[in-house]
Amino acid sequence: MALTVENLTEWINSFAAKIAEQKDYLSELDTPIGDGDHGNNMARGVKAVQESLTSKKPAELTDAFKQIAMALISKVGGASGPLYGTAFLEMAKKSKDTSDLTELFAAAAAGIKKRGGAQVGDKTMVDVWDPLAEKIKAGNLAQADVDAAVNATKDLVAKKGRASYLGERSVGHLDPGAVSSGYLFAALIETEGIL
Amino acid sequence: MKKIINDPSNVVPEMVDGLVRSYPQYLRQLPDTQAVVRADEDSMADKVGIVSGGGSGHEPAHAGFVGKGMLSGAVCGQVFTSPTPDQIYEAIKAADHGKGVFLVVKNYSGDVMNFDMAKDLAEVDDIETKTIVVDDDIAVEDSLYTQGKRGVAGTILMHKILGAAADKGASLDDLEKLAQEVLPNLKTIGIALHAATVPEVGKPGFELKDDEIEYGVGIHSEPGYKREKIKPSKEMAEELLGQIDKTLNLDGSKKYAVLVNGMGATPLMEQYIFAHDLLDLLKEKKIEPAFMKVGNYMTSIEMAGLSLTILELKDDQWLDYLNYPVETIGW
Repeated sequence: MALTVENLTEWINSFAAKIAEQKDYLSELDTPIGDGDHGNNMARGVKAVQESLTSKKPAELTDAFKQIAMALISKVGGASGPLYGTAFLEMAKKSKDTSDLTELFAAAAAGIKKRGGAQVGDKTMVDVWDPLAEKIKAGNLAQADVDAAVNATKDLVAKKGRASYLGERSVGHLDPGAVSSGYLFAALIETEGIL
Repeated sequence: MKKIINDPSNVVPEMVDGLVRSYPQYLRQLPDTQAVVRADEDSMADKVGIVSGGGSGHEPAHAGFVGKGMLSGAVCGQVFTSPTPDQIYEAIKAADHGKGVFLVVKNYSGDVMNFDMAKDLAEVDDIETKTIVVDDDIAVEDSLYTQGKRGVAGTILMHKILGAAADKGASLDDLEKLAQEVLPNLKTIGIALHAATVPEVGKPGFELKDDEIEYGVGIHSEPGYKREKIKPSKEMAEELLGQIDKTLNLDGSKKYAVLVNGMGATPLMEQYIFAHDLLDLLKEKKIEPAFMKVGNYMTSIEMAGLSLTILELKDDQWLDYLNYPVETIGW
């Protein structure tokens, strides 16, 4: 199984569909602990990604990752834009040498941690990317792992990002960035021929 | 909400267009962005470029400080929202004249991350960049959009000092050293009488009663450190100066630059009254500011209130830089 421009595009389209479907839910999640715009921001971003991949069909994996990164960076805004943008930009850089998913996801997860300065347990998207990148490495990523990683953010105390201002009061809420990241991994599992 | 606008979602592009077309002698807009750079291309030759920016709603910051002797470029984000890395990157490219670009960033998580990412993009193009993250607001630690302390009106004095130094030929390393020396001596604290309304939100960012004021409010309506009944200007000046005194240990034998900054809805008349009280209080401490400015430099849309910035001038050259002539809309 290997990543190609074709199945990468399919994966991203599936991610975009999930985001569009759950746009209002993501913004709702963001309301008590953020500023209520995560769904709208992500929907705008994935739409720009799809437009970019349609209007200029990438020849190589690296081009595809770079186009995805630039569209997210320029359209999502806030903190999610640079964090998702970094993930795909790191994959773009890594894809020059390899199309190995383990290495690509390890680079993406490391990039997100570096950009946001968050660690595992801080109630951010790192709590999804980090353990699931490990699962990819182990070769047994399943939807149950995605759900577990996302749901685990509910009981954590936010240490980074806007929600950190609430401290203990952030407990009991899912992290919106973790939820949207969960859709990315769910889409990856559903896309045939990648994993 | 009562504002002179057309479409709330279109305020930034229309504002930037109006600004650039009103002042073509100072500004040029980069195509397909909300970034502006100096119209006077020659003034940037062989010099380090200085780029700043942030969310809109703080006018004249930052685009109003673009011009000879100050900023090379400024990037205007959505209202109270960081600009995106691709636009910052375009401004960096336009500001680079072979000597690198210095970035002045206010300490908000979004700004820090987006400028950081733009730096990475510039690196790919072999443009050298360095950054100072300004965190002059002493009111609170870890605020709504910030880890650590917030960056507010003191940023304008940072722009001025770095801009003059760059114009006189300072290198990227010189500017980084200068910025790091200035920063710990730069302290700001604010007061709010009523909140700002972000056009796309449509209602004020917080509620204050008619007779209430709040100390330490941020420039995006972030909470401050205490609320009280409205007081005479003199007592507000005592509170703000007292807070700054705690961190700078004001002393008659030292030199200071002072900035009284209006938040948008407070008339200059009231700012001058505050300045009058402030100068009296400083005089009691045997302090005569070596440099002073009063006016709207870093606003918060139509928030009523003001901030007080004091910079201890550890080096006489900083004073020369503050007095250095500039050609901008806002200084």
